[in-house]
Amino acid sequence: MTSSESAIDNVELTRSLEIPATHEHEEDNRMLGFIIFLLSESVIFLSFFAGYIVYKTTMTDWLPAGISGLEVREPAINTVVLVSSSFVIYIAERFLHKENLWGFRFFWLLTMAMGSYFLYGQAVEWMGLEFGFTSGVFGGTFFLLTGFHGLHVLTGVLLQAIMLIRSFLPNNYAGGQFGVESTSLFWHFVDVIWIVLFILIYVWQ
Amino acid sequence: MTTTTPQDLIPKTPPNWRKYFSFSTDHKVIGIQYIVTAFFFFLLAGVFAMIMRGELITPEPDLLDRTVYNGLYTMHGTIMLFGWTFPVLSGFANYLVPLMIGARDMAFPRLNAVAFWMIPVVGILLILSFLVPGGPAQSGWWAYPPQSLQNPTGNLINGQFIWLLAVAISGVSSIMGALNIVTTIIRMRAPGMGWFKTPAFVWTVLAAQLIQLYGLPALTAGAVMLLCDLSVGTAFFDPAQGGNPVLFQHFFWFYSHPAVYVMVLPVFGIFSEVFPVYARKPLFGYKIVAVSSLIITGLSGIVWVHHMFASGTPGWMRVVFMASTMLISVPTGIKVFAWVGTIWGGKLRLDTPMLFAMGGLINFVFAGITGIMLSSVPIDIHVNNTYFVVGHFHYVLYGTITFGIYAGIYHWFPKMTGKMYYEGLGKLHFYLTFAGTALNFLPMHPLGLMGMPRRVASYDPEFAFWNVLASLGGFLLGISTIPFILNMVSSWTSGKPAGNNPWKAIGLEWLISSPPEHENFEEIPVVVAEPYGYGKDEKLTENMGG
Repeated sequence: MTSSESAIDNVELTRSLEIPATHEHEEDNRMLGFIIFLLSESVIFLSFFAGYIVYKTTMTDWLPAGISGLEVREPAINTVVLVSSSFVIYIAERFLHKENLWGFRFFWLLTMAMGSYFLYGQAVEWMGLEFGFTSGVFGGTFFLLTGFHGLHVLTGVLLQAIMLIRSFLPNNYAGGQFGVESTSLFWHFVDVIWIVLFILIYVWQ
Repeated sequence: MTTTTPQDLIPKTPPNWRKYFSFSTDHKVIGIQYIVTAFFFFLLAGVFAMIMRGELITPEPDLLDRTVYNGLYTMHGTIMLFGWTFPVLSGFANYLVPLMIGARDMAFPRLNAVAFWMIPVVGILLILSFLVPGGPAQSGWWAYPPQSLQNPTGNLINGQFIWLLAVAISGVSSIMGALNIVTTIIRMRAPGMGWFKTPAFVWTVLAAQLIQLYGLPALTAGAVMLLCDLSVGTAFFDPAQGGNPVLFQHFFWFYSHPAVYVMVLPVFGIFSEVFPVYARKPLFGYKIVAVSSLIITGLSGIVWVHHMFASGTPGWMRVVFMASTMLISVPTGIKVFAWVGTIWGGKLRLDTPMLFAMGGLINFVFAGITGIMLSSVPIDIHVNNTYFVVGHFHYVLYGTITFGIYAGIYHWFPKMTGKMYYEGLGKLHFYLTFAGTALNFLPMHPLGLMGMPRRVASYDPEFAFWNVLASLGGFLLGISTIPFILNMVSSWTSGKPAGNNPWKAIGLEWLISSPPEHENFEEIPVVVAEPYGYGKDEKLTENMGG
């Protein structure tokens, strides 16, 4: 927010001096910075995934005693909800581009509802499990991966809430729609990570 | 050379010391904040080193308790890396990149300031860890489990916990800095500054920061898992519960070997900037030097297992990583040849920056040779965890990187402060540092080949001779900082005005006043020539001359 203020000052300055295009697109600077951040963040997940694969393929007794595996049905429903929400947030963004604010708000809120349902489903699953994060490496990796991803979903929903509130501020989009676009990109990122995670943890048992 | 020429620009804003203690978003203030803060940590970790060398002057563990010794070498390594080397180089990147590419500031000035202010927090946390029950972390800077999982006091807040917290904060700061610097370099170069008109220092900073972006998250992942093991009882790395401690080593070195290149690449950049100025010749093979930095970025991601040849690594893996490690010496060697080619036949001016750069180059060649030796599996197995390794990486981290940093400080001191340093004190500083480095770190190589293990407070009396020499060298390095500090403080407060361009150097940063104004450039320069046009009669920019 504050960095964008000084960034906008920069834009004004460079514009007044008629500097060629590379200096003007402050919006692009922020988006590029955010994409670089997401790429870097994805390496944390890749590292966890790599660790998970190493454990899963090298350990002789992977499942803790008395555990036969993970229930797939509920997480599959959750997956469908989360993946669909990526399309819903895209529709919301389209409405914003057409400057239809109420259309944007409706589909944006629907995305938030779907994200929240995912978190709720995740919480219900955690409560019903017979193992905890101290149940060997199996329990540890399960809670680490789903928990770290869940934190990202929570962050996404909170960001969406902020963007929803900000949509009611007058002149909110005068300086572009970076907030909405980056939140949306973050949501797609969280979604893709989940697909990999779901395949690794639930499908590959 | 230090006389002010009539066309020198006089800065309009009077010097104001208070800005260096404020939450400034000016990249130049932040750059100096980084450099000065880092230097304090350098002195602190240097004191730790001298205490250890004091212990090692005799074979018996008489000066310190062994656990205190363990804490000291852990903190020495950690503070030298996360308190000195990374931050001081972030300082150079912050100060120089916008000036060199003709930008008014970084892409995200606030983020920049936030990233800086995390560094004092990291340092203070590490220092405070001496006060918790059980003392600071004692498992070395690499924090290998299961050693790092031992928590004899049983407290949640223990030395290792604080260590992990500090490393995590340092990591967040580095990622913020990296995405800022990368965005700045990609987006904000002056009109006309295509990639092959961009100074080599900027290339090396870009290459280094790309490594941060892909490497650091792996360490973060490992650190999160280690923290879970340590504080909530998960089993990731605990062999007693079926965990895999070697996996942590993979996470750790996947970042921490490339991290060496994060630290040495900007120093390569400093060398590439300094040699042409003091040899009065264009940088030899500029384009190849520039591209070789990015090749290092790529290759440095596939060499990490050479730290783990003795960690139960299978034979095929050892061979693959031995080959990749030898391969990475090619782009590095190209740079060495380019610097020698730049110096060769030049009209050399042996000012302090040039002395430090040449000293650094000599030390780097030596470190490179021992590095190639270590990449070879049979030698590595023989000297693994001995002083040979310690000698090798101190030739990199002190002999090369710290020398390069000194070269950079002296070279850009007139630009940063507007004052000229005292050449005599600078030369004294160089000769003391060069002698101290050789005396301190050369004896570690015979010690390692004789079989003296690293990280021990006591040793067999047969190792005494070389240890006494190394300790004397260590104290000499401590003494060598005295002329440096005197020089910096006295010339900053009462040195002669330096003028725009005391070195007659070519580069955008030398076209503006010393120190530069708040937004650097009154008019954004339009670049028309390649950098390093020494001996050529051409203008660097269309609108500002040069």
